[in-house]
Order: sequence, then structure tokens, then C-alpha cells
Amino acid sequence: MIALSDCLLLGAVLFCISLAGIFINRKNIIILLMAIELMLLAVNINFVAFSHFNGDATGQLFVFFVLTVAAAEAAIGLAILILLFRNRHTINVAHLDTLKG
Amino acid sequence: MKGLYLMIPMAPLIGSIIAGLFGRKIGRTGAHTVTIAGVAVAFVLSLITFFKIAVFDGETFNGVVYTWMISDGISFDVGFLIDKLTALMMVVVTFVSLMVHIYTIGYMADDDGYQRFFSYIALFTFSMLMLVMANNFMQLFFGWEAVGLVSYLLIGFWFKKESAIYANMKAFIVNRVGDFGFLLGIAAVLMYFGSVDYADVFAAAPHMKDMTIQIWGDQQWSVMTVICILLFIGAMGKSAQAPLHVWLPDSMEGPTPISALIHAATMVTAGIFMVARMSPLYELSETALSFVLVIGAITAFSMGLLGVFVRSEERRVGKERRSRWGPIHYTMGASAYAAGIFHLMTHAFFKALLFLGAGSVIIAMHHDQDIRNMGGLKKYMPITYWTSLIGSLALIGFPGTAGFFSKDAIIEAVWESHLAGSTFAWICVLLGVFVTALYSFRMFFLVFHGEERMDEHTKHHLKESPKVVTIPLICLAIPSLVAGMIGVGPLLFGGFFEGAIHVDEAHNVLEHMGEEYTGVFGFLIHGTLGLPFLLAMAGIYTAWHVYMKRPDLADQIKARFRGFYDLLVRKYGFDEFNDRFFAGGSRQLAKVLFEKGDATMIDGIMVNGTAKSVGWIAGKVRNIQTGMLYHYAFAMIVGMLLLVTLFVLMG
Repeated sequence: MIALSDCLLLGAVLFCISLAGIFINRKNIIILLMAIELMLLAVNINFVAFSHFNGDATGQLFVFFVLTVAAAEAAIGLAILILLFRNRHTINVAHLDTLKG
Repeated sequence: MKGLYLMIPMAPLIGSIIAGLFGRKIGRTGAHTVTIAGVAVAFVLSLITFFKIAVFDGETFNGVVYTWMISDGISFDVGFLIDKLTALMMVVVTFVSLMVHIYTIGYMADDDGYQRFFSYIALFTFSMLMLVMANNFMQLFFGWEAVGLVSYLLIGFWFKKESAIYANMKAFIVNRVGDFGFLLGIAAVLMYFGSVDYADVFAAAPHMKDMTIQIWGDQQWSVMTVICILLFIGAMGKSAQAPLHVWLPDSMEGPTPISALIHAATMVTAGIFMVARMSPLYELSETALSFVLVIGAITAFSMGLLGVFVRSEERRVGKERRSRWGPIHYTMGASAYAAGIFHLMTHAFFKALLFLGAGSVIIAMHHDQDIRNMGGLKKYMPITYWTSLIGSLALIGFPGTAGFFSKDAIIEAVWESHLAGSTFAWICVLLGVFVTALYSFRMFFLVFHGEERMDEHTKHHLKESPKVVTIPLICLAIPSLVAGMIGVGPLLFGGFFEGAIHVDEAHNVLEHMGEEYTGVFGFLIHGTLGLPFLLAMAGIYTAWHVYMKRPDLADQIKARFRGFYDLLVRKYGFDEFNDRFFAGGSRQLAKVLFEKGDATMIDGIMVNGTAKSVGWIAGKVRNIQTGMLYHYAFAMIVGMLLLVTLFVLMG
């Protein structure tokens, strides 16, 4: 039988992987976007798990919202990425440091 | 009536504005025509007023012309109080002013600032009239300040001259010190009486007699004394009483007619007039009266001595003038207000005469003012000679002249007074008589008699001054001779100032003197036999002996009394003290405030310091902004973890 803690553990592991993806990745901005997606999915798993074990559908409702946002974000993110590449001819994260003070 | 009274100050003002603003358009002739016309109108109307009120015993006028503002129930008006005191002052002021205006045509003939000068002196007449005619403290203060301002403008009339600029700054600043006291006095009046109107204040004054005020600590001060002394500090500035007299000798930097107008006849009388006007207040405080008495006495004597040692002819005349305000002040102190005003009037005539005479000599000498280059001018300038002689005789109180009556009345009044300090004042005034005679005739002999010390070129051009100069001299010489005889009876003993000047029964020295008064001739004989006359004669003789017969004596005396002489030449060190202590002190203070306060504290720490620290902090903080996305994300995660931990731990 799958317990709540197992689900949460899965979520946490996924989250940490995506976190590592953000931190360790120094090159590719696409991987960065994917890591963010993964992070959102980790959150979704938590939502679903809580919803299931508490018998409350609201949590699953939220998952739809998160998915929608994630989709929108992916679309916009990719669009920005394309524009970025057009202008800068690179998607290397280490070079995109114009915000540096 | 109101319209007539309003015309009196307005006429000179209009003249002044026209001459001042349109001077270039109307030219020299236009400027002096319009201002003289203005002052002449004021004079004629003043004369009408004087006759109506003083001679035919008309109603005293007290009315408001314009209400400037009403604040918290206290109304600040422009209003006139025309009683006998005011009427007399108006006539004296406008008469002397008119003479000075006419005289100026001659004196300033070659000056570039001709129109400007006329505009100023007409403005001065306006200010003085506003001061004299005021029926409330507010307007008095307005006139007071306006007179100070015009005096500043006039002393610095030749504004390219370094010393003139110094002198007018000095006059302005010293007067400011006095005005500060004056303003505090008015504030005190407002605080205790809740009104600035003369009539209200004087009516309420007797009820305030025993009231006290705490200024600092537990010391109780009488309200009346505080008010009167504060007001008198203002008068000390304007009337150049010790220790605020320092501005007066320097003020001779201005053109000579100014000395006559401001420093002899009008502005310095403002202080005297004010004390007389405030007599209902001063009568309630014996302390204030004694204060006035002692200050006046000190000024009279100490300044008289100075006159002997100053070289410039004009400067000397200024000094001598100063010594004359002392006596008037201590008559006020002795509650003989009528005698003070009487002397003020006669004095205005003969002192203006002396100044204008000096100016006439200066014109002839081509604006060389050094008394050592003159001498023997009698045969070149007969009119100036005779009028100056009349002026000098009146000044020292020669029997029969105007000065004699008023001066004798003053000496008598001080003698009769029983206030604290009156004996001291009496001794000072007698010494003052001797000293006055000594220096006025020293000047007179050195200028008009003896050998001719001027150079050939000047000598060649020596001639009597033009008519515009000599006619005012003659016009002033006449009242210098006869005003005393006419005035002594009614002004002093005839109750002329009844209702205008209030004298407490206990101090009424004039009434006491009046009992012995037997008419002009009795007074004349009584005075001629008195000590003052002998002292004056001794003074003349000393002057003649030392400066004419044995000129070497002067040097010997100088050598003998080296220390004393030095003290006098340095004017008792007042100037040096002021320079070092007040001017130097404030410079030092300013330097400290500037270096420590402004440069270090405000600029260094507060203004630039703020900017600098912002820059410094920003410089450190900017290192956090790497521009790397994952750094921001990391910071976010760490922050979130911290917050969650905190949330869990704190519950």
C-alpha cells in the first residue's frame, strides 16, 4: 500500500532533482526551463497526494491550474528563449549576466 | 481734517517717488522743484495745524485712517494723533527739512546723484512725519525703521567710498541693536495691554503700576520699568546715547546736509520725542527715569570731550551734536519733558544751522574738510561767519539766544530733581557746558579767525556761498536767536503740553521752577548770573587762549596728558572694544560655526555623508547582484527554507 509519506518523498526527490538542475546547470537555458517544469510537477504530486489522502478534490483542482500555468510558462519561456537566441546568438546561462551590478 | 493731516506726510512721499523713479526724465530742476514743493506743502499744512491746535487751542485729533489688519481682536492701524506735542514736532521737522532741501541745491550742485539725493531726503521727511504723527506703537515702529533705513541710504550716499559703506553698515547695525530692545518693548506693551493704540495703553497704564514680571529666576521686575527701559534702549540707538553712540561720528561720511537733517534736527530727536510721547508710562517707573538720567549724563559729558580732539571740521560738528542729546535725555529723566522738547526745538534750529554753516565752509573749501587747512575765513564769507557765530553762541547758551533758555531750563530742572542719579547728572551737565563752549569756539576760531592756512589755489577761489545756501542759513539763524524768548514762557511754564505730556505730581520739577519764573527778562538775568554762564565764558576764553594766542600750549597739554589724550583719540576704546569683542567675536563664532558646523557637520556629515554612505553601501551590495539566474534562485530557495524552518519551529 502506498502511504502519503511515499508520495511526499517522491515529490521531494523530484523537487531536489529540479533544484540541482537549476543550480548545477551552467550552460543551457532549455535545461533550466525543463527543471522549472519538473519543479512544478513535484508540487503537483504533493497536491494530488494530499487531495487523495484527505479526500478533498480541491487539491486536484489546483493541479489543473498549475498545469495550465506551466504550459503557458513553457510557451512564453520558449518564445523568450528564441528571441534571446536571435539577439544574443547564445543560450549559455553564464553569459546572460546583464543584471550584474 | 483727516484729509489735511493725511496730506502732510503724503506730500513729501509723492515728491520723493517722483524724484526717485522719474529722476532722469524730470532732470535736476524737476527733481528739486517737486521735492521742495512736497516738503513746502507739508510745512505750510503743519503750520496751519500748529496754529489751529496749539495757538487757538483746537481739538486734539486722534483718528484712524486705515486699518491694516485685525488679529485676535487687536487692530493694527495707520492713524494720527495730533496734539500740541505732535504739532510742534511737525513744524520743527518740516521747517528744518525745508531749509535743508533748499540748501542742498547749492551743496550738491556738482553731484551725479542729485535726483537720488532729493528723493532720499524727501522720503526721510515722510518717515519722520509718520513717526511723529503716529497714534499707535505699530506706526511708531514703522516710522522708526523707515527713518533708520533712509539714514542708512544717506550715510552711504557716496557708495563708492569705502569709508561711507563702512559707516552706513555700522549705523545700521548699531541701530538694529537698539531696535531690538524697542521691538521687545512694543511686544511687552502688546502682551500686557493687549493693544498698540496710544490712547488705550496710556489709559490702562496706571493700573499696571504694581504689576511684576519674572524674566529669569525668581527675580520680580516691575512691568513698567521693563517696558520703559526696553523702549529707551531703542531711543539709545536712534539718539546715539552711550554705549550705542558709536555710529554717529562715522555717519558724517554722508553729505553734510544729511548731518544737519538726520543727526541734528530730526532722526536723533526721535528718541527724545518717543520718551516724551511715552511720558504716561515713564512717569510710572522711577527706575526707568533714573536710567534715562544717568545714560544721558554720561553721554553728554564723555562725548563733549571727544569733540575737542577731532580734526575734520564736519566730524567735529557731529561730535558736538552728540553731546547735546545727552542733556535732553536727562531732562526727560528728570521728568521735565517740556524742557526737553523745548530744547529739542531750539537745538534743531541752531544745530542744523551749525551743520549747514560747516557745509557752507566746505563748499568754499572745495570739499576739503580738514580744519587745519582753514582759518581767517571771516572776510571771505561774512554771512556764513555771522550765522555760524549765532549758532555757536546759541549752542553754548549765550544769554538771549535760543539755546540759553532751553539749556538753562534743563540745568535748573536737573538741579530740582530728586531722582537717583540727578546730582551726578547735574555735575555732568555743568562740565558739559564748559567742554561744549571750549570745542565749539575752538572750531569757530580755527576756521574763521587766525592765519590763513589754505593753499594759494583754494584761496584764490574763496567766496561766499550762493544764495540757496545762505538763505537757509539766515532762515535758521533767526529762530536760533529768538525761539527761546518766545517759547520759554508758554512752552515751559504755560502748560502748553497739557494733555500731551503726563507728569507725575511727585516729579514735577517744572511746576516748581514755574513758581519762581517772572518773565523772560527775569529768567535772562537769573541765568546770566549763574554758574553755567560763567563756565561757558571760561570755555570760550580757554579756546581762544589755547588755540589763538598760544597755539604751542595745545601741544604741551597734549604731551602732558598723553594717556588721557590717547584715550580720547581712541574714543574711549568703544570702537576697538566693539570691533574686537562684538565684530571680532561674531567673526570668530561665525568661523567656528562655518568650519565645524557648516563644513564639517552639515556638509561633511549630513549632506555629503549621507550621499557617501549610500554610495558605500551600494558598492558593497552590488556584489550580491551577480546577474546569474541560479544565484538568485539559490537565494530564493535558501530564503524559503529559512522561512519554512522558522514557520515550523515557531508554530
